[in-house]
Amino acid sequence: MDILRFATAGSVDDGKSTLIGRLLFDSKAIFEDQLEAVERTSRDRGTEYTDLSLLTDGLRAEREQGITIDVAYRYFATPKRKFIIADTPGHIQYTRNMVTGASTADLAIILIDARKGVLEQSRRHAFLTTLLRVPHLVLAVNKMDLVDYSQERFEEIREEFTSFASKLNAPDLTFIPISALNGDNVVSRSENMPWYNGSSLLHHLENVHIASDRNLVDVRFPVQYVIRPQRATDPALHDYRGYAGQVAGGVLKPGDEVVHLPSGLSTRIASIDTFDGPVEEAFPPMSVTLRLEDDIDISRGDMICRPNNQPQAAQELEAMVCWMTDASKLGPRTKLTIKHTTRTARALVRDLHYRLDVNTLHRDEAAASLGLNEIGRVSLRVTQPLFVDDYARNRLTGGFILVDEATNNTVGAGMIVEAR
Amino acid sequence: MLQRDYTTSQLDVLEAEAVHIMREVAAEFERPCLLFSGGKDSIVMLRVAEKAFWPAPIPFPLMHVDTGHNFPEVIEFRDRRVAELGARLIVASVQDSIDAGRVVEETGRRASRNRLQTTTLLDAIEDNEFDAVFGGARRDEEKARAKERVFSFRDEFGQWDPKNQRPELWNLYNARLRKGENIRVFPLSNWTELDIWDYIRREGIEIPPIYFAHTRKVFERDGMLLADNPWITRGEDEPVFDAVVRYRTVGDATCTGAVESAAATVEEIIEEIAATRITERGATRADDRASEAAMEDRKREGYF
Repeated sequence: MDILRFATAGSVDDGKSTLIGRLLFDSKAIFEDQLEAVERTSRDRGTEYTDLSLLTDGLRAEREQGITIDVAYRYFATPKRKFIIADTPGHIQYTRNMVTGASTADLAIILIDARKGVLEQSRRHAFLTTLLRVPHLVLAVNKMDLVDYSQERFEEIREEFTSFASKLNAPDLTFIPISALNGDNVVSRSENMPWYNGSSLLHHLENVHIASDRNLVDVRFPVQYVIRPQRATDPALHDYRGYAGQVAGGVLKPGDEVVHLPSGLSTRIASIDTFDGPVEEAFPPMSVTLRLEDDIDISRGDMICRPNNQPQAAQELEAMVCWMTDASKLGPRTKLTIKHTTRTARALVRDLHYRLDVNTLHRDEAAASLGLNEIGRVSLRVTQPLFVDDYARNRLTGGFILVDEATNNTVGAGMIVEAR
Repeated sequence: MLQRDYTTSQLDVLEAEAVHIMREVAAEFERPCLLFSGGKDSIVMLRVAEKAFWPAPIPFPLMHVDTGHNFPEVIEFRDRRVAELGARLIVASVQDSIDAGRVVEETGRRASRNRLQTTTLLDAIEDNEFDAVFGGARRDEEKARAKERVFSFRDEFGQWDPKNQRPELWNLYNARLRKGENIRVFPLSNWTELDIWDYIRREGIEIPPIYFAHTRKVFERDGMLLADNPWITRGEDEPVFDAVVRYRTVGDATCTGAVESAAATVEEIIEEIAATRITERGATRADDRASEAAMEDRKREGYF
C-alpha cells in the first residue's frame, strides 16, 4: 500500500466539504463519535441536514464565521491506498493556503458547480495547481443532479476548461461528473449517467499512477546532518562518518561515483546505511545515511550528485514567488533569509519583473511590489551558492521558502524557473 | 521493501518523513528534547529517533511530564526503555508544581491533573531552556490538531495561535526563533492510529502490557470505563466491577478510559481498530469531552 497526497480546492458552495465528508464516510474514516458531534452541532444551529463541513472546520473562529481559514489535513485509507487530503479553502484571500497544500500534493481535485461552470476561481485554482506542478489534476464537475445529469452540460464545461488549461501547461487532466450529495460517481459508478464511461472519483484516486512522478533520474542528495558516533563503545564506530539526508532525486547505489558540491571533489559511495542494515539502493523519499570512500570535508547544506549530472550552483535566481504575509511587501531591495533544501542563506530581491493576475494570467509589469497572496516573477541574489534545479524538473531542489529576518515568519514561497 | 517500480509503502514514506523532521531539528536547534510518556505514540516516536541518528545515540534528552497518577506498568516500561537506550530522562512532576504553589489541585469528583500538566510542561521547557520539543501528536486525533503545523511555533508564553501559523511547504521547515520562544515538533503528524499499530507490528516494538486485554477493576462514568485507583473520587452510584479491558491511549489515570476488548496481541488490536467506529480520543478521553473546542483551548494555553 502506498500513499497518495491530494489537495482539494473549491468553496463551500461547490460542495467540497460534502465531497470530502462523503469520501471519509464511505471509506469509514469518519467515526460515530465525530458524526454524532457534527449532528449535535447541526441540530443546535437549526440546520436541517447534517452539515459535513463541520468535520473539517475545526477551529473555533471557523465555526463562528462559517469559513475555513487554514489547511486542514484529513486521512483515510482503502485496501489499495492511504490518502492524505490537504483541504484548502477556496476564497481568494487564501491563495497562500492553497499553495501550501499543493506543494506536497500528487494530485489536486478542483470542484466546479455544474450549474455555474468554469468560474474565475476555478481558473485560479487550476493555475496555482499547475504553478506548483501538481502532477495530476481532476476536475470534478459537481451537482450533476441539479442539471439533470446532462452530458451536454458536462461536455460544455470540459471543453471550456480544456481550452483554458492548454494555456497553463496543465499536467494529466481528468474530468469526472459527480454528485457529492447523492454519491454519484464518487465511490462507485453512477447509474444516473450511463453516458459516462470513466472511473468513479475514488477508483481514479486509488489507481492513478504516481510512482514515476518523482524524479528518479537526477541524483540529488542534500546533506542534512553529519553522523559521528562520539561515545560509541564499539571501536569500529570510532571512525564512522555518515552523511544523513532524504534523497531528493535519482537512485543511489553503493559503488556509484559521486561528486560533492561545493568542493567539486569526486568519490564513491561506500555504503548506504540505515538502522535496519545497509541497503542496495536509495531513491526518493527515502531517508538514509551515506558513507563515502574518501575523506572529504562535508557539512549540512552541501549536495551530493553524479559527475555528469549536476545541479546549478547559483547565486542569481529567477523564480515565481508567492507572497504570504500582510505585514510587509516584497519589492526591489527587500532582504530575506532563504531556505532551499538543507541550505540557508540570505537573499536580496534585485528585481520584480511582473506581478501575475492569477485570475486572468495578465502580467502587470508596472507593479512595484507583491502583497499578501500575490504572485510574481522575481530576481534574487543569494549570499552563497545554492544547488538548484528548475522547479519543473524537481520540486524538492527547485522550491524554496523566504523568511522575514525581523519577525522570523515564513513570508514567501518560491519556484525556480531559471538559475545561473 | 524495494520494488523495481520504486513504489514505497506507506509506513516507509511516513518513517522517512519523520526521520527527516528529526534530523532537521537536531541540525537547526540548540536544545531539543523529546516528550516520552511510555504511551504508544511516544514509543514509536522514540524508535524513529533511534533510527534517525543510528549508529550514534539520540542527541537529545527525553522528558516525561508526570502527573503522579500513572499506570505502574507504564512507568516500569518507561524506565526500562530509557535504560536500554542509555538516554537521559527528565521527569517534570505535576506534584512539584503543586508543592511549589504554581498550580492548585482540582477537587471534587471530576478532579484531574490533566490541565495542570500545561504549567509543569511550560516551566520545564523554560527551566531547561528547550527550544524544540518533540511531541507524538497526530493530526487524525482531533480536529484542532488537523490544522496544526509539523513545526508548531509557540511564543514566550507557550501559546499556540491557530490563526497565525507559519506556512509549511514541501519538506522545508522554518526553525527560526527568538530567545524564550520554542517550537513544538510533531514528526508523526501524518500517521493515523492504524499506521502506529501497523508500525508497532512491523518493527516488533514492545509496548506496555495495559494496551493488551487484561482483567481490571473498573467503574463506569459518562459511558467510559475508568480504572478504580487511589486518585479518583467515586460516587456511590459508580460501583466497581471486574471487566476484561485494554487501553487505546495511555494518559493520566484519572481521565483515561479503558475499552472492553479481548484483543491480546498486536494483530488482534489491529483487527479491532480496523473495525471500530469510535475515535480513540472519543472512546477514552474525558478531557476532550469537556467541550467542542476543548483540545483547541488547551493547546492555545500550551498543552502538548
